[in-house]
Amino acid sequence: MSLFLTYGLRNLFVRKLTTTMTVLGMGLVVFVFAAVLMLAHGLEETLVDTGSPDNAIVVRAAASAETVSIMSRDQAGVARTQPEVALKADGTPVATNELIVMVNLDKRKNGDAGNVIIRGTTPDIFVLRSGIKLTAGRMFTPGTSEIIAGKRAAENFKGCALGEHISSAMRDWNVVGVFDAGGTGFDSELWGDVEQIQQVFKRPIYSSVTLRLKDAAQFDALKKRLEADPRMTVDVKRERQFYTEQSQATATFIRVIGLLVSIIFAVGAVIGAMITMYASVSNRTVEIGTLRAIGFSRTRILGVFLIESVWLSILGWVVGVIAASAMSLVTVSTTNWDTFAELAFSFALSPRILIGSLVFSVVMGLVGGFLPAVRASRARIVESLREAA
Amino acid sequence: MAAPVVEVQNVSKQYHRDKVEIRVLSNLSLSIPEGGFVALMGPSGSGKTTLLNLIAGIDRPDSGQVIVAGTAVHSLGESQLAKWRTRHIGFIFQFYNLLPVLTAYGNVELPLLLTKLSSKERREHVETALNLVGLGDRMKHYPRQLSGGQEQRVAIARAIVTDPTVIVADEPTGDLDKQSATEILDLLGRLNTEFGKTIVMVTHDPRAAERAKVVRHLDKGELN
Repeated sequence: MSLFLTYGLRNLFVRKLTTTMTVLGMGLVVFVFAAVLMLAHGLEETLVDTGSPDNAIVVRAAASAETVSIMSRDQAGVARTQPEVALKADGTPVATNELIVMVNLDKRKNGDAGNVIIRGTTPDIFVLRSGIKLTAGRMFTPGTSEIIAGKRAAENFKGCALGEHISSAMRDWNVVGVFDAGGTGFDSELWGDVEQIQQVFKRPIYSSVTLRLKDAAQFDALKKRLEADPRMTVDVKRERQFYTEQSQATATFIRVIGLLVSIIFAVGAVIGAMITMYASVSNRTVEIGTLRAIGFSRTRILGVFLIESVWLSILGWVVGVIAASAMSLVTVSTTNWDTFAELAFSFALSPRILIGSLVFSVVMGLVGGFLPAVRASRARIVESLREAA
Repeated sequence: MAAPVVEVQNVSKQYHRDKVEIRVLSNLSLSIPEGGFVALMGPSGSGKTTLLNLIAGIDRPDSGQVIVAGTAVHSLGESQLAKWRTRHIGFIFQFYNLLPVLTAYGNVELPLLLTKLSSKERREHVETALNLVGLGDRMKHYPRQLSGGQEQRVAIARAIVTDPTVIVADEPTGDLDKQSATEILDLLGRLNTEFGKTIVMVTHDPRAAERAKVVRHLDKGELN
């Protein structure tokens, strides 16, 4: 490592207490910054992975979520009989007509109420979304009041675990199975027979039709035909894109609030770094004079102190990122503002967040270290050396 | 007689302290030949260190000329002056002024970082300089692990590692015991006689001054 780099780092270890306090301060800010980005990323990842790249979803035109989409039986019938839709061995399409209803359930943790999606669907859903597996119990029997629960819904809401039941629309719904959707949005849902859901909730319509394409490249042809069909008034989207769009409002909200908090914290951290670096400059007046005397230019002195300040910020980044990565173990539950349903997701770290938080931290270090470094570089040699006497 | 390597011509310097004008050097001239060893003596405040600083290019005269190694030092800009010092001046300070977080090796290497030498060449230069001052076995020691005399020898190695034209020493034995001071003066003597280095030394110590070829006394900013 270059002598300039080690010189800066070693100087920080000379003043252990001040350095530690500053690093912890900067680490806290990096932690908040990274944690917020991880939260937003976790939400996006959960919803994006909810979609499958081979699937297309048909919803009412301009509907941003299935909860605000209505399709008639006729429209659903047209959608599932398009030539681009994949067929099962028996010649029927790989497609599910689905109805979304919302029920209000109590959370296990604190008894507060939360909205949970009940998705009326068909057993074909496991063909269409092959990544989802039943982990306990069995599939619901069509024509009955049986439901199966997503892993996180079962964990988080009363009555949703295997063998329990919930009461809604004047009927008891028995949980006969629990499925694992791999941490996607489906894990926060309850699934039952769509025909039963339509009758009990008195909604003789569908929210959406999800289709498996024979070939993902045929999506554009399907979209063009269905959206131009005067009977339909629908939007056709790739399933992945549809759920990504759903994450935007909440993710953006988390990011904006979180970044504002981070920036306010950052002002404090920058002042901390500035105080540390000013102290460093004051304690090393003779050193600065010596370096200048042996030929270090003002610019090099500026660089020496900026490097030191950047070291502070890198150490702060390491502390912050280690603390933030521990948050990956935490699952949070919040309302998705596009569906108004409760959605559970985890903090998710990504290379982009690591790099982003490093840049953020280094910028804090550079801003905090700049004025002290300028002061060091402007020191007059003769006066600096006189301090030794 | 060898050509002068240091020429100070009609130099004056004054400082302002609390609106009071303090005249430090008055129309002073001095010439030092290549390979010279000059001791500057005089009472405190007589202007010795100021004269040394002007020769070393870390201060500027109010009037007059300072020409060192053929360069009019007083006319150089800040960054040119920094480069010039790297090439032509080796500093030895009373309190050694070593960087405490760097080893003896790192301290001696510092001036070489400003040159275009490769890391291998730098290593050779540093080892040569430290061996010359008798500290080849202390390269990895930090200043706090060395005695005062050894620290000053590291400082001398740092001063000579770039093979400068002039070595300026400000009270190099002022902080040392008698034995260490003798060792340092022996070393400066060797640098002058064996290697032909031009040395300008400020000192209060008559024994140190005895080692110089020429002793000049300053009083109230004038050379006697």
